[in-house]
Amino acid sequence: MSNNSVNSSSLVIAQKAVKQLRLEASVRRIKVSQAAADLKTFCLQNAHKDPLLMGVPSSDNPFRPPKSCVLI
Amino acid sequence: MCDQTFMAITFGPCDNCSTTSPLMNIYIKNEPTNYCSFCVEMMACQGLLKGETLASLKNESESLKKKLEEERAKLHDVELHQVAEKIEVVSALSIKTRRVLKGHGNKVLCMDWCKDKRRLVSSSQDGKVIVWDGFTLNKEHAVPMPCTWVMACAYAPSGCAIACGGLDNKCSVYPLSLDKNENLAAKKKSVAMHTNYLSGCTFTNSDMQILTSSGDGTCALWDVESGQLLQSFHGHTADVLSLDLAPSETGNTFVSGGCDKKANVWDMRSGQNVQSFETHESDINCVKYYPSGDAFASASDDATCRLYDLRADREVAVYQKDSIIFGVSSLDFSLSGRLLFGGYNDYTINIWDVLKGNRVSMLFGHENRVSTVKVSPDGTSVCSASWDNTLRIWA
Repeated sequence: MSNNSVNSSSLVIAQKAVKQLRLEASVRRIKVSQAAADLKTFCLQNAHKDPLLMGVPSSDNPFRPPKSCVLI
Repeated sequence: MCDQTFMAITFGPCDNCSTTSPLMNIYIKNEPTNYCSFCVEMMACQGLLKGETLASLKNESESLKKKLEEERAKLHDVELHQVAEKIEVVSALSIKTRRVLKGHGNKVLCMDWCKDKRRLVSSSQDGKVIVWDGFTLNKEHAVPMPCTWVMACAYAPSGCAIACGGLDNKCSVYPLSLDKNENLAAKKKSVAMHTNYLSGCTFTNSDMQILTSSGDGTCALWDVESGQLLQSFHGHTADVLSLDLAPSETGNTFVSGGCDKKANVWDMRSGQNVQSFETHESDINCVKYYPSGDAFASASDDATCRLYDLRADREVAVYQKDSIIFGVSSLDFSLSGRLLFGGYNDYTINIWDVLKGNRVSMLFGHENRVSTVKVSPDGTSVCSASWDNTLRIWA
């Protein structure tokens, strides 16, 4: 057939796509409720360590200028 | 069909065809076996016979896609913000500009923090890469690159080198020396070679390997010392614009996002694309892992940021507002993962509550598009780079 070579390269592409989809379909999944609960737990557990979330006093944060400046 | 993507190479007789050759340790139906690479290919292609027509493969492809959607939908029993209803609202944030870094002559395209939490490297359209001390605003090094549009830069974990690249299609590594007078450009080492622009680069857990993403649609892992290509990652059908390494110490996966609207998760050792997500309506400009490593977020030209959970294998949140119509160029999580900082093309940075899905705050200050947003390694500050030629540190 005159379009044989075109067919064979699109065949290879289609074969690769099917192979990839088979792999993705076989992935093990968990329920969103469980995944969301785990995300929430991680956030809450680490919230107290998060300086941007909790805010740090000026003395601890190196980027904040100190409140008062004593000039001698 | 093997259940695992993990492969290791040993040498010996193949369990299938008995020829002595390099073997891959794989699992077939949960049984560990050793197959030579030819038999692995044969087994993975079971069912893909020569007689198969394009039509039958297309049908199988469609039915597999439908099956994937159904499987994912089955597990979609609740929304993330519903699970987060009982949590306290984020208290008012007092984040302001603390430093403005001026010095670039043109748009700042990318920046990266050093592990010492004070130094950072930035690259610009003017072809310069500058290493700054964030506390003192001192410019410690300035490296001229042979090309303009240096779109990617990264700091090595040791703090002793930087990597950058852009329109030159390469990623070059410059060792940083304490001697200010030393000509850094002379010590340059070209590590990566792509066939189109370099859009992103990052060191892996050590100074020895670099992961790059390119406009040629591929990502690649390189050995810094020899410049050798260790692994390449094919699967995107358009430019790859961003990548991010999984945060765990033993991590060997990374996520990439590109102009084909897809975000792909890759296994670094096998080169395999293990998961793929396509819910954005436009190019994905940036991808970032959630601090726990179980999820990642993506920023897109469709003006939304989306959170994808890897274990649930689906999108679990969309961060959008009707009043936000400009694309998001970059994003990053705060240390606990509760806040998401997004840099937008309308010159602002929006801060989202990751769990509840609402916008908490906005940061104003830049006079042009925000190109990159990165939280410092200890989580105390955020740095943003912009097309207004400056970088700002917010805390």
